[in-house]
Amino acid sequence: MTDKFISIEGIAKRYDGARSTTIFENLWLGMARGEFVCVIGHSGCGKTTVLNILAGLDAPSEGAVIVDGQAIEGPSLDRAVIFQSHALLPWRTVLGNVAYAVSSKWRRWDRAKVKAHALKYIELVGLAGSEHKRPSELSGGMKQRVGIARALSITPKIMLMDEPFSALDALTRGTLQDEVRRICVETGQTVFMITHDVDEAIYLADKIVLMTNGPGAVLAEIVENPLPKDRLRGDLHRHPLYYSLRNHIIDFLVSRSKTFTAETPDHDPRKVPVVKIGRTEPTIVASKAADSDAPQAVAR
Amino acid sequence: MTASLRLRAAVVSIVLLAVFLGAWHIATRSTGTAANMSPEYAKLMGMTATQGKSAMPGPLDIGAKLWEHLRRPFYDNGPNDKGLGIQLAYSLGRVMLGYLIAVAIAIPLGFLIGMSPLMSKALDPFIQILKPISPLAWMPLALYTIKDSSLSAIFVIFICSVWPMLINTAFGVASVRKEWINVARTLEVGNIRRAFTVILPAAAPTILTGMRISIGIAWLVIVAAEMLVGGTGIGYFVWNEWNNLSITNVIIAILLIGVVGMVLDQMLARVSRLVTFPE
Repeated sequence: MTDKFISIEGIAKRYDGARSTTIFENLWLGMARGEFVCVIGHSGCGKTTVLNILAGLDAPSEGAVIVDGQAIEGPSLDRAVIFQSHALLPWRTVLGNVAYAVSSKWRRWDRAKVKAHALKYIELVGLAGSEHKRPSELSGGMKQRVGIARALSITPKIMLMDEPFSALDALTRGTLQDEVRRICVETGQTVFMITHDVDEAIYLADKIVLMTNGPGAVLAEIVENPLPKDRLRGDLHRHPLYYSLRNHIIDFLVSRSKTFTAETPDHDPRKVPVVKIGRTEPTIVASKAADSDAPQAVAR
Repeated sequence: MTASLRLRAAVVSIVLLAVFLGAWHIATRSTGTAANMSPEYAKLMGMTATQGKSAMPGPLDIGAKLWEHLRRPFYDNGPNDKGLGIQLAYSLGRVMLGYLIAVAIAIPLGFLIGMSPLMSKALDPFIQILKPISPLAWMPLALYTIKDSSLSAIFVIFICSVWPMLINTAFGVASVRKEWINVARTLEVGNIRRAFTVILPAAAPTILTGMRISIGIAWLVIVAAEMLVGGTGIGYFVWNEWNNLSITNVIIAILLIGVVGMVLDQMLARVSRLVTFPE
């Protein structure tokens, strides 16, 4: 917790109008290097806005985000985004799309070097042989693979994923989750991912951040994933803590996400409770302070 | 299946053409000797009076005359008698010049309007008022200020072809998908590179559509403009032959105007296919 690679510090997003709406405010979250964090919440709670602020595509109305000691002031090649709709340029081939990113990062590289580098990442996501196809000739899963290759090819410090697999069928989604997990574990990538899918979050994330419903959404809890780092998809549901973790998240999504703000008036957004899933009852083991370790608390 | 459909369509086209030509031929043919008259008088009156032939030329007359024109397209016997090739070249030259000036102005300006909501709103009233003005209404003003009939025709072509390109470019640029722009932004692509690598390819199909509409309008307008300014060009040729009462030449000119218009349109359609991308 001392190594705070990414630190979201009191950001807010408001839309001014006849009635100004606050999507969220006073949002604090820290992430360590190499951590895989998933954010779960209902539609409209501002998850995508948080991601866009992290990407630098959107500016917070208040507060700041510090990444690796520097405040975000706009989009950066250090932070790659994988878009929900893959966002490939349809007039470019697979290779052209990845090479566009590569040549944007290393502007002095010659064509051959750009191509070799791009091909390496196309191969990494298992698309070798399809590099001359256009996006329209690819299936949804393949398109998203290209999106992943494009994001990885610029060797970013952080990957930001906005429901990257939500438009895919279940089988493809599973395969791609495996790939992403393998690549992220191998490269120690820091990932911030938004999802609707509880199982996806359990499989991929080190920490799962639960967000209440908007407007006025808050980060309710940070759930630590008790499953081992070398978890396998097939063994997931056999882990003794799997179901209590899953139930905890689903309980939150089904009921507590609506009532959390009313039921927890003393919720301190700077000290989002960290929940450790135990064999019996999930317990809050620590109030995660924005700056230091907080005293242990066992309460619910 | 598609090949047979094409074949059947071609057959139907040919049949329709044959029916049309046949009906035309029958409607305009001679009906035999109409009256007895002295040979000198008959020679003076022509076949219309002597053999009941219609004043409207038949397809065979047109064919013969067309062959004559096609054999010598570039002859020049002074201001009122030039080959059709020369006349078409004059018209095409004016259209190309006016059109290229319009491209050079409409596409950059359209980019500006498409990228900047402020400019879009600020220029909108001007465009809305100038767009529906018939290009020929500009002609007196052009003649007065430019003081050159040929340049005025070019100006008229420019003013009529600028609007569809301007509006389509602005629309195409403004409606580039946000996510493509975001891709470029997250890759820290600079403004100029973004304009050429993302916005231009994304908007190219819409821009080309505007260019295609414009060339069509320009070719429509050149005929009318040349009838007004006179001197050279296919439009002048039509009016001149009307004054000569040569309906044959008028019909030939109409046919050629259609053919050239089609070729211009197909050329841009071909370019348009090159920049279109499937999604």
